[in-house]
Amino acid sequence: MKKILGSEALIKSLLEEGVDTIFGYPGGAIMPIYDSLYSYQDKINHILTRHEQGAIHAAQGYSRVSGKVGVCFATSGPGATNLITGIADAQIDSTPLVCITGQVPSQLLGTDAFQESDVIGISMPVTKWNYQITSSDEIGEIISKAFYIARSGRPGPVLIDITKDAQFSEVDFNYKKCERIRSYHPYPIINDKKIKKASKLINKAKKPLILVGQGVLLSNAENELIKFSEITGIPLASTLLGLSAVSCDHKNYVGYLGMHGNYGPNVKTNEADLIIAIGMRFDDRVTGDTSKYAVNAKIIHIEIDPSEIDKIIKTDVAINADAKEALIGLNKIVQKNSHEEWINEFRECDKLEFDKIINKEINGFYDKLSMAEVIHKISEFTQGKSIIVTDVGQHQMVASRYYKFTEPNSNITSGGLGTMGFALPAAMGSKIGNPNREVIAVIGDGGIQMTIQELATISQYSIGVKILILNNNFLGMVRQWQELFFDNRYSFTEMKNPNFNKITDGYRIKNKKLEKREDLDKVIKEFIEFDGPYLLNVIVEKEENVFPMVPSGESVSNIRLE
Amino acid sequence: MKKKGLYQLKKSDNKIKEYTLSVLTEDKAGLLNHITIIFNRRKMNINSLNVSTTEVKGVSRFTIVVESSKEKIIKIVNHINKLIDVLAAFLYEEDEIYYQEIALYKLSTKIFLKGDLVEKIIIRKYGAKILKIEKDHIIIQKTGTKVGTQKLYDELKKFGEILEFARSGRVALSKKKRKTINFIKKLEKTKSNKLNI
Ligand SMILES: Cc1ncc(C[n+]2csc(CCOP(=O)(O)OP(=O)(O)O)c2C)c(N)n1
Ligand SMILES: [Mg+2]
Repeated sequence: MKKILGSEALIKSLLEEGVDTIFGYPGGAIMPIYDSLYSYQDKINHILTRHEQGAIHAAQGYSRVSGKVGVCFATSGPGATNLITGIADAQIDSTPLVCITGQVPSQLLGTDAFQESDVIGISMPVTKWNYQITSSDEIGEIISKAFYIARSGRPGPVLIDITKDAQFSEVDFNYKKCERIRSYHPYPIINDKKIKKASKLINKAKKPLILVGQGVLLSNAENELIKFSEITGIPLASTLLGLSAVSCDHKNYVGYLGMHGNYGPNVKTNEADLIIAIGMRFDDRVTGDTSKYAVNAKIIHIEIDPSEIDKIIKTDVAINADAKEALIGLNKIVQKNSHEEWINEFRECDKLEFDKIINKEINGFYDKLSMAEVIHKISEFTQGKSIIVTDVGQHQMVASRYYKFTEPNSNITSGGLGTMGFALPAAMGSKIGNPNREVIAVIGDGGIQMTIQELATISQYSIGVKILILNNNFLGMVRQWQELFFDNRYSFTEMKNPNFNKITDGYRIKNKKLEKREDLDKVIKEFIEFDGPYLLNVIVEKEENVFPMVPSGESVSNIRLE
Repeated sequence: MKKKGLYQLKKSDNKIKEYTLSVLTEDKAGLLNHITIIFNRRKMNINSLNVSTTEVKGVSRFTIVVESSKEKIIKIVNHINKLIDVLAAFLYEEDEIYYQEIALYKLSTKIFLKGDLVEKIIIRKYGAKILKIEKDHIIIQKTGTKVGTQKLYDELKKFGEILEFARSGRVALSKKKRKTINFIKKLEKTKSNKLNI
């Protein structure tokens, strides 16, 4: 067999795993890999971002819309450390990634060599697995392991660090796909007794509520979930990351949970007599005060990761399984039922929320445009069919509340970590991962400035994303907390922003500023229908608050409508 | 299959007790760091830690002793079990294991001038032994529990200054009739590596 360089073995390994897109940024310690990549440009599309953080968030967006493993490249030292925020984000939001970093030659490890950083040590607590390759013979085996680990079970990010000498030395390349690791058992074997026990609770519950988490999307269990809800008649509420798993217009869908979620599902959590949590982890933004959470309910928790079970909320029946597998099991034995009265109680809550909040928000109650008004318009115009990529802040909560998703894998946001700067690069990855769908990034005037350099990437590759800045001249979410909980002391949250339109001109991307309500329809239409990247800078009400709100650390029953 | 199994909590699980974790892992660099990070993150002190090879080639055993509530330690065990290179983590209370620690005591040789007292105490009462006698110092060795080695320490101190003292981490084996290799073979055969739908 002909020997090849380790760097080429790496590229061939990626091809064996079906990789066709890489987001990355070169530098000294990864140059041999980039050199090998040069010969494979017909097979692999490499996107040169403008910052490694951009590369990894793009890989996250790519993965979350396509279900494939996202791949990114970075060099050693600063290149690798620039990935860390994205790795931590992918870890907490269960996104499968394989990150390849270059490393100084193995004989220089530990010597404080130029651009050496202990990325294995640094990334250990935020990766699902990491490994340093110091010999070219290891490349095939380790890359196949990396992909297997990243995508199986509860997905997550894997980092592979490759020393420069391993890239440069020759190897006999043959690739074998990893199919099992004896110390890793990603798919728990389902316990039928637990399914039976759960179905008994489900059959006799009077006020049951399903909590839909991202696990449903990750295991492609959307259809099984709908079937489950339709057989049992149980209402469905969604976490932030579970949004879009269930179409918002489904008759049993009762809304969005958590701090800025809908009124109904939050207050009703404490009236429910059974909670069926599927692929979610009872984040504190969902539960509020856990001692006053689901106080009347028995808990069934369907969860693939055993360490999540009983971590926050003690269960009555824990089903440690893949969501789809568990739902298939349940659907075979649960009784047909309906809970119309119970669901009507949610509709009453919806009315209250509409009268107190939504009506004013979407129907031009304020002088300036409100965030909700803009999102509502976009939701109507796109019929809920777009992929919405949100950054972190008020605009994120508003987008999650007012965009009425009708298709799965359409809500891409940084949930667990709440990473400002996520949306612009993640949107570009999302568009590349699913070029046939409309991708709209919803970003605050603060967040866009954290990764604004990626406008250059969008421009260079003509990535047709729509970028909506909801511009309130404030770090709005922090300002809201200052107003409500810190006595209006606006400590360092007001910004003197640059002219976003001029900046976008500089990147040669079409853009517009929208300020007047009477232009809303026309401009949104133009924005959505335009073929290619487009940035829309919408000047919105400066000091608007997002309601409802469960104040941090309080019970979900104390959700405030104003 | 017990592997990476699920420990479920009971209401009475918040009493503080001594727990011993026995963690079988692949023999991989960096795992020690990975495991201790998990304790660190939850602000839990490790009382003793021992890493050694096992009778199975390529498999290591970490023995970790902590004081904790069951509730807290179970979450840590579940987290350790999640590490890719961990074969299995077991949680034991004191009565579920055989365990020992070893202590070495360095004393001035002059202590022998006190006659057979030393020998009586060292050898008979505490079951310790003299490992080495040099011109100016002697080394005494004792295996046992922390309480036992500490008692000997206190007793020896009465005879003169202890020059140096060291105690190992705990090593422990479960009282169950289990063969590591069979357990690992079982892990290799289980179907939980693939989704079965
Ligand atoms: C990297 C990072 N730094 C700080 C924060 C804290 N934070 C959360 S929301 C927010 C304000 C965001 O402001 P902007 O992007 O303008 O969005 P708005 O809330 O105004 O819609 C801040 C600073 C964060 N989430 N991420
Ligand atoms: Mg803002």
